[in-house]
Amino acid sequence: MGSNASVPENEFAIETENLDIFYGSFRAVKEVNLKIEPKKITAIIGPSGCGKSTVLRAFNRMNDFIPGAHVTGSILFHGTNIYAPTVDPVQVRQRIGMVFQKPNPFPKSVYDNIAWAAKVNHYQGSVPDLVEQTLIQAALWDEVKDDLQGSAMSLGGGQQQRLCIARTLAAHPEIILMDEPCSALDPTATLKIEDLMRDLSKYYTIIIVTHNMQQAGRASDFTAFFTMDTDRAGKMVEFGHTEQLFTKPQHRETEDYISGRFG
Amino acid sequence: MSRDTLNLHIQEIKDEISEISSLVENATLKAIESLKNRDSDAAREIYLDDRIVNEKRYQVENSVLIQIATQQPLAHDLRLLAAMLEIVSELERMGDYAKGICKVTLNLGNADVNVPIKEIESMGKLAVEMLHEAIDNFINEDVPNARLLPQKDDQVDKIFNKVEKEIIHSMVCQPENIDHSNLLLWVVHNIERMADRVTNICERTIFVVTGDLVELESKPKNLVGK
Repeated sequence: MGSNASVPENEFAIETENLDIFYGSFRAVKEVNLKIEPKKITAIIGPSGCGKSTVLRAFNRMNDFIPGAHVTGSILFHGTNIYAPTVDPVQVRQRIGMVFQKPNPFPKSVYDNIAWAAKVNHYQGSVPDLVEQTLIQAALWDEVKDDLQGSAMSLGGGQQQRLCIARTLAAHPEIILMDEPCSALDPTATLKIEDLMRDLSKYYTIIIVTHNMQQAGRASDFTAFFTMDTDRAGKMVEFGHTEQLFTKPQHRETEDYISGRFG
Repeated sequence: MSRDTLNLHIQEIKDEISEISSLVENATLKAIESLKNRDSDAAREIYLDDRIVNEKRYQVENSVLIQIATQQPLAHDLRLLAAMLEIVSELERMGDYAKGICKVTLNLGNADVNVPIKEIESMGKLAVEMLHEAIDNFINEDVPNARLLPQKDDQVDKIFNKVEKEIIHSMVCQPENIDHSNLLLWVVHNIERMADRVTNICERTIFVVTGDLVELESKPKNLVGK
């Protein structure tokens, strides 16, 4: 993999080719061909069990931690299959960060949560500057700047999630994966995260899995709809501009799902 | 998962739209009858009853907004609700046209002027039939018939062009009746516009089903048949 290369024009941030994902012998997701636009927000929606989180976790090899999980096909990042034997999954996760459903700050100070990311990534610059920059980028600085040594665990849920986003940013990723990042948050905190996503999309590619279709509609530029096929494997039914998919979907299955008539 | 609540409310709004359409259809036919009979009392009553159409229009708008706010409709449901807002506005304007005809009846009084009532009745009947069919097509989401219906507008236009010529001719021949003739031009104009607006309803029916906003009529009205 090239390092720190910016995404050239006309290149997709991530491109999957005939991607199948297995848990042991069970094919959980099949034949996904998806092209993620750089510096845009792409939402993945679909009913429970359709494989959307599985696909998201495959994008930074988080499924490697699950025994028996493996993929066929390819996930191209800067033209390289991230599952190629020569690719270091740690480096993949550095370039493609992830924010989880439940805020998971370390039981340390706000400052140390970011400083930890700097340390594991062998950051050579000024750590205090990095802490400030990432907290500003994560729209949290004004709320925590007077108590950086305070415990991260004492922050509210929305603040904790923004801290986790700041921690992800400290690794200087190109892509941020978000797995239901607002499902544990109240509506106000949710809208703050959505505003933050919009700001971050000027610099980063964001892929979000969400059960909340209104969130996908509000916050994303593109939407991929997944559903479960008769063999229980997840498949992508439709992918397109969010505005188009939510007003004039091309497939009956998408129409039925987004209008709440199945799933 | 089902959308019983949303389905129920959509059906209720469809029923309200059908009811408004019936009110407008009746108002149009009765307005023409009041002109035929020079019946000022009837004209006054129809004129005042237009407020019922206006009130029902706002009720429908309110119901649609409530569904959008509380049910988060998408795709077909969203297009349907958006089309309902447009259609109810068209119906309200058609109600105004009927009211306009009543105003002419009131202004004409018993003035000695030749009213081409046969043609006006034919136009009115056609326009009302078109409206009725258009609303049926909308309720049943019948795209093929929605596409065909605007063709009937040609018959309305044909009569309109004939009557318009006759009225203008009488204006030239009998300048003393020019004010009254001008009022009659308004009557045929209102009915002609009513039929035009039926086309808009047909376009919305197609939009609900296909998601495409199409223009069903390409020829500018004023050039037709001239």
